[in-house]
Amino acid sequence: MSGSLLRRVRVAEVERVANRIKRFRFVDIDNAPLSVFSGGSHISVVMHSGDRLMRNPYSLMSSPIDTSSYQISVLHCGDDSRGGSKFMHENVAVGTELEISEPLNLFPPVKLAKRHVFVAGGIGITPFMSMMNELDGLHADFEMHYGVRSLDEGAYCKYLQSRYGSRINIYRQDMGQVIPLESILGDQRLGTHMYVCGPKPMIDWALQTAELLGWPAENVHSEQFSAPPLGNPFVVKLAKSGREIPVKGHQSILEAVEEHGVDAPFLCRGGACGQCETGVIACDGYIQHNDHFLTEPERVGGKKIMICMSRIQTGSITLDL
Amino acid sequence: MTISTNKSRPIYPGLSPDLNARSNLIVCDKAGAAAVSELLARADATFAKRTTVFVADTLSDGDMTTLATDIAPAAIEFLPTLSAAIARLREILDAAPMGVRLYAAGTEPLIGSVVQAGADYSIDHLSIKTEHRGSLMRRVQCVHCKGFTENVTTNPVTCSHCGLTLMVRDHYSRRLAAFQGVCIDAEVPGDVPETEAIYQ
Repeated sequence: MSGSLLRRVRVAEVERVANRIKRFRFVDIDNAPLSVFSGGSHISVVMHSGDRLMRNPYSLMSSPIDTSSYQISVLHCGDDSRGGSKFMHENVAVGTELEISEPLNLFPPVKLAKRHVFVAGGIGITPFMSMMNELDGLHADFEMHYGVRSLDEGAYCKYLQSRYGSRINIYRQDMGQVIPLESILGDQRLGTHMYVCGPKPMIDWALQTAELLGWPAENVHSEQFSAPPLGNPFVVKLAKSGREIPVKGHQSILEAVEEHGVDAPFLCRGGACGQCETGVIACDGYIQHNDHFLTEPERVGGKKIMICMSRIQTGSITLDL
Repeated sequence: MTISTNKSRPIYPGLSPDLNARSNLIVCDKAGAAAVSELLARADATFAKRTTVFVADTLSDGDMTTLATDIAPAAIEFLPTLSAAIARLREILDAAPMGVRLYAAGTEPLIGSVVQAGADYSIDHLSIKTEHRGSLMRRVQCVHCKGFTENVTTNPVTCSHCGLTLMVRDHYSRRLAAFQGVCIDAEVPGDVPETEAIYQ
């Protein structure tokens, strides 16, 4: 399956919710109801910026049962990134028409859990917005630990506290506050699940803290979407069709082959889900694995690549496509 | 453990220590106790000190003494039956925090009962370390009368509740901790293949 089914939407609302973070609300172009989704889901937004085509994944943060509109939050990542978030911030306004994918969930809360502990850093709050909405309706037991640089940089602090009260714990970096994760995870009832979303070092720290406290791997969950890092141009050769396609420095392999009309499999476009795993037949360059999916032995083996995120430094790579 | 093409048929990868677990609870029978000794020998003494072993079996005084010595410094509790051991396990899980780790070694009904109890505490079956030792006997649920027949060693087997002759399938229910038994002579009553003792 490839996640290529698209829907046209119109931007109904744009709000600056924190420094460098904007909230966007989308409605169907014909005001038709959108699909119901599940807490933790995301959509991809298709962006045509000049001659460039990008599809970035963003977590849905509205109520999962509200079919009138979808909401996402976008952090402006600055000029040294690929420009997807910059495009959303600078080129998208009320009335702009965009294409989005149907919702997809790679980060669902475990419904059989006795309790849920959420750990968010910065923009990593977004998947938890829909999760908490859903779990609150189910009267599930949860607590949120949300690290922000400052109240100006952290989105939705006031909203979350007013809606969920003492279940929301906010930690301000500018006040020297850190999430006391060891004591939080050290005192949880059996059957608790932890979920973390934020910058990679935070995710690594949370997963490691849980592991060292004896939490089974089945009880910890994380999600991180990264944009494909920039790099040098190189050539991708497709073994099945014999085609050679140039990959530009700002493009992923997936984006380059799509630009040339190849319908390659994908889902998350953020290196998380594993759907775009592709066999490497030959490679005369060094593979930069930028995904969160392949295991270390698979990376070293060099026989697989996640084409939504990873690239080679220079030269050419032949793929089983 | 027999190999099966049936996806629901559980797989028991073998015991391995979680050195980070704050406490380890191990349920075993006499045959499984050998796997527990091997596990403790592979781990360090601090692992054993955080470990309690529940032996669910009828043992002689001599066996108990030997086992307790084998397993030391882990704590050991002897329970006369599997159901007594599961009741004791539940008592402990009632008050247990995250960081406890479950292990089960022995027959399939023993492993299945531990996994079944764990599920009530939202412990994922994959996070329970399991090793099959000893008899291949099965717990079988009759799909017709829903009664359970314990310690089944033959196929087919007579349902101990409704008397139907059941073919024991590899189709397994984690919720019931039992394999499914289906009437084998529904179309021609009495046309029953020879009984084989394949789960000894």
